[in-house]
Amino acid sequence: MNSTTATSSLTAPRRLRTTGGLLLALVAVLMIGAPLAIYPLFLIKILCFALFAAAFNLVLGYAGLLSFGHAAFFGGAAYVAAHAAKVWQLPFELAVLAGTAFAAFLGLAFGTLAIRRHGIYFAMITLALAQMIYFMAVQMPFTGGEDGIQAVPRGYLLGIVDLRNITAMYYTVLGGTVLGLVIIWRTVNSPFGHILSAIRENETRVTSLGLKPERYKLIAFTLSAALSGFAGSLKAIAFQLASLVDVTWHMSGEVILMTLLGGMGTLIGPIVGASIVVGLEHFLSTSGLPITFIIGLFFVVCVMMFRRGVFGELKALLDRPRA
Amino acid sequence: MTDIFGVPIAVLLGQLLLGLINGSFYALLSLGLAIIFGMLNVINFAHGAFYMLGGFAAWLLLSSLGLGYWETLVIAPLVVGALGAVVERLFLKRLYRIDHLYSLLLTFGIALMLEGLFRHVFGAAGKPYPIPPSLTGGINLGFMFLPMYRAWVIVASLAVCLATWLAIERTRLGAYLRAATENPSLVQAFGINVPLMLTLTYAFCVGLAGFAGALAAPLYQVSPGMGSSIIIVVFAVVVIGGMGSIGGAIVTALALGVIEGLTKTFYPAASSIAVFVVMVLVILIRPSGLFSREA
Repeated sequence: MNSTTATSSLTAPRRLRTTGGLLLALVAVLMIGAPLAIYPLFLIKILCFALFAAAFNLVLGYAGLLSFGHAAFFGGAAYVAAHAAKVWQLPFELAVLAGTAFAAFLGLAFGTLAIRRHGIYFAMITLALAQMIYFMAVQMPFTGGEDGIQAVPRGYLLGIVDLRNITAMYYTVLGGTVLGLVIIWRTVNSPFGHILSAIRENETRVTSLGLKPERYKLIAFTLSAALSGFAGSLKAIAFQLASLVDVTWHMSGEVILMTLLGGMGTLIGPIVGASIVVGLEHFLSTSGLPITFIIGLFFVVCVMMFRRGVFGELKALLDRPRA
Repeated sequence: MTDIFGVPIAVLLGQLLLGLINGSFYALLSLGLAIIFGMLNVINFAHGAFYMLGGFAAWLLLSSLGLGYWETLVIAPLVVGALGAVVERLFLKRLYRIDHLYSLLLTFGIALMLEGLFRHVFGAAGKPYPIPPSLTGGINLGFMFLPMYRAWVIVASLAVCLATWLAIERTRLGAYLRAATENPSLVQAFGINVPLMLTLTYAFCVGLAGFAGALAAPLYQVSPGMGSSIIIVVFAVVVIGGMGSIGGAIVTALALGVIEGLTKTFYPAASSIAVFVVMVLVILIRPSGLFSREA
């Protein structure tokens, strides 16, 4: 991921910052008012995938690692959270925490293995490891095989707010997503985040400065896995379902597309991408057109024609000095 | 002595044979992947889709044109190879200069398109393909029954693998190929058309995948999902063997097929993850892969 994603927040002009601030305020107002106009469950889906894509972007866009196995964290955490809420009858917060912790642990394990190899091998190893989790999910009894874990109780937020109310559930997920995005934003703009970008641009040079790139990559990968798991757990509880769909390699591919389509290496990009892909699938699901084919077509078009993604192109347009 | 750890020897040998057959398919596919990676620096995610395409080409040639097995076995790889050449010329060629993660993503997109299209047109269910009359029946080896078609699959794929290996290691064209891997601009300076060579290499390797698909049609049913389920295992095989050596890729593929077969005999629940477990062990012990030349 070289020159195309090189613009970091350090070089972003002030004009973009103010535009971004205004945009953010607008989005905040829209998101708070949205359930009045749009079906909340659909919005929840967008939020969960936006967080998932943003978490994925932490490794692809900032650390330059192409993981082809993020579905394992998203879907794996969904199973754990659903099981915790349904069978162990843990409260909402603890169920989500259990899912997130599982994803973090899995991320640490995957990362430790995959970071031993570079570039293209990294992608293949993460894909293979995630497929292993998929086969386990198919066979293990607690996942419920093809049926998945159904009728997961939503419970109460902090023991008070009844989450069976869909609006309450929406605002809870909104809060969770914002929390996750703030963590990502803080990480990217910290010294740690700058070292990550430096590793992406020139790993040898970072090593020569006396830093250990492997350690940074592993921390970023684990954090990304944990946040993906957080998103997956929220989705499982809100939809009251954990199923095989979320652990398939198609899902790993979809999150790559969301990030690529929106613009990798930007904070807003993955959120834009996730909204487009989820919206598109929602629209296609009733049209009878083959979804997989169209997702593939989007991939080809993105890679061939606009590698910076929707937001990346927009940003480039704004960055261009006025004549 | 007819039992080994409580498993009848005939069952064990039967599973070994199945493992060897799977291994031959892994070999045909990982060989192509390794050559494409060596020459074009591309990880061809669409390799599984081209394998599926080979199977469908065989099925379509039989069901709509009524062509026999042997003609199909020649035509299907040619059709798939031609399509590969088009993909290389139209898309891949433009991506050589940028990060090779993009070519991985492109081929992933192509794989999704092909799979989605075939699922839409032909449905998800498998299509049966009869075993050709000349290869039905089998030989009784005394200790087990060897179906003719299975024996043929192993012989045919090993022969093709070996021929490819010899062509690359021993012929003049192979020498050009190896030279172009090391230093394409120098080879081009000697008057060799390197871009054409890249196109032909991609077409040939993708054709190998198509051949594997046609070969697999009578054994497994032809279905749109057959490619994506095999390609991930083949990736693991490639990670285990490392892509530095063609001979290494073939040996690793066969060995992993056999390991998978053995797991199926002794502990069936783990057979689908056996290859991945081996991969984890190899990464821990020898991170660069068993036959790799990279450090």
